Amino acid sequence: MSRLYQSARYMPFGDKALRVELGNIISPEVNTRVHALHEAVSNAQLSGTCECVPTYRSLLVTYDPTKVTYEELVSQVKNLEETSKAHASKRKSRRAIIPVVYGGEFGPDITQVAQYHNLKEEDVMRIHLGREYLVYMIGFIAGFPYLGKLSDEIVTPRLETPRLRVPQGSVGIAEDQTGIYPRQAPGGWQIIGRTPIKLFDPLWRPPALLQPSDLVRFSPVSAEEFWQIHASASEGRYDPFAQE
Amino acid sequence: MKLFRVVKPGFFTTVQDLGRHGFLRYGVPISGAMDDFSLMLANMLVENDPSDACLEITMLGPELEVLHGTQIAVAGDISLQINGQDSELWQTTTIRKGDMVSFGKVRSGCRAYLAARDGIDAPVVLGSRSTYVRGEIGGTHGRQLKAGDYIEGFDAVHLVDHCLYLPREFIPSFSAEIDVDVVLGPQLGSFTEKGVKTFLSSSYTVTVEADRMGYRLEGTGIERSERVDTISDAILPGSVQVPANGKPIVTMRDAQTTGGYPKIAAVVSPDLHVLGQAKPNDKVCFHKITLSEAHRRLLDYKKMFSVIESKLHRRFPVT
Repeated sequence: MSRLYQSARYMPFGDKALRVELGNIISPEVNTRVHALHEAVSNAQLSGTCECVPTYRSLLVTYDPTKVTYEELVSQVKNLEETSKAHASKRKSRRAIIPVVYGGEFGPDITQVAQYHNLKEEDVMRIHLGREYLVYMIGFIAGFPYLGKLSDEIVTPRLETPRLRVPQGSVGIAEDQTGIYPRQAPGGWQIIGRTPIKLFDPLWRPPALLQPSDLVRFSPVSAEEFWQIHASASEGRYDPFAQE
Repeated sequence: MKLFRVVKPGFFTTVQDLGRHGFLRYGVPISGAMDDFSLMLANMLVENDPSDACLEITMLGPELEVLHGTQIAVAGDISLQINGQDSELWQTTTIRKGDMVSFGKVRSGCRAYLAARDGIDAPVVLGSRSTYVRGEIGGTHGRQLKAGDYIEGFDAVHLVDHCLYLPREFIPSFSAEIDVDVVLGPQLGSFTEKGVKTFLSSSYTVTVEADRMGYRLEGTGIERSERVDTISDAILPGSVQVPANGKPIVTMRDAQTTGGYPKIAAVVSPDLHVLGQAKPNDKVCFHKITLSEAHRRLLDYKKMFSVIESKLHRRFPVT
């Protein structure tokens, strides 16, 4: 029961954006197609287009209607969609390894997540570490990656009452997704750990560490290692893309 | 160089330009002036680039001590005094070291813009000087002004030699009853026919939950269909989102870049600045237009700027 559309749906979003919907579920299959189309549209450098926003199952393309008409843009993107379909499975993603301290003061909700599933805290950690995640999209706050898909064994609803302050670096679970808070913010995700590395810096180009379509693995570290990595990361001496 | 010292910050004053473009996919909001039309006019009145940074004043303006002589222009409907004397809006005004520029409350609308010759300076972050308070970036230390802050500017060597002023017919009036055009969608399928009818025929009131991120509106609830689309998707300023209670939320310049509420419509770009002047208790009505009508409106809006530029009056020489 795949809900990846046979042909994408095109629709205007306001007077300056085209929205291309590729499916109606959150899944790596649909999302990969979004990234393939994003790549094709960015590489084509279509005249009159401004920027692209890839999300779970759609791609937004903003444009200047005084430079390109909506109809012209739709027909150009449709052509790219046809060719990008074939390339979707062959795309090469970047791979990052993100160090995380699980549980304790760094991940206060791991107990609750374990209880919810009748598991031990170590099991939650093992299962969370057990797979590679796709960056579906960046949103909510600058640099926040939505990662999926989580193993069914630890799918957990959000907190009933969101926290006013979730510390920077917190790694959380919400339903079948996991995410990382690039800065302190209010939030309702179940916090199971924390990473010492920085995910967003307005001085970087691009400003976010992770980009949509990247693949992410977590690696467990001790509280002591957390501070060591924190120190080297803040001096720019830690590259999560060169840890294998 | 230091242009002003902030004596009183006003209610919520920030540095804004036309915004931070190109970083939505990294989760960075656009920010920039809520009423970009007024910001551009203020800049034109001191012969700046229309995209130069200004101070965006909200509800109650600041009190500024002038540290370096320059020229300013204020766009908006707000009381303005220089050294205790009432001063004109919508024109070039020369100020000298030691002068005190004091704003009062806005009389209509919600925001006013202070442009200084050659622009307000602030660190350029991701291509813009705009303050994004929730992300603590841009402007003055990523936040609204505080007493004791310094506003940086440029040493304006070439001052405007004639007082430029905006002919009366171009001065916008800020009504408490706001009409904006929208293009329906993109999640029209999440609403019933009745819901769409309600949305287009009702008058909505801006609640106190209204800031640079967006406005929560009060009014007749919009009926959603049985198949509501709640998968998080891209958001742009001007999106009309409808949560489960049916009360619309319009996103504005600091809106987060993704969200899961279905969007019934989007306000067309030439009307966003009008909405940027809305304040609590103002009424908003949404009118449906087609995409091609929206594009004609955008062309007219752009043409209007060149007309205004050619009709800026030059009065007496500035002393």
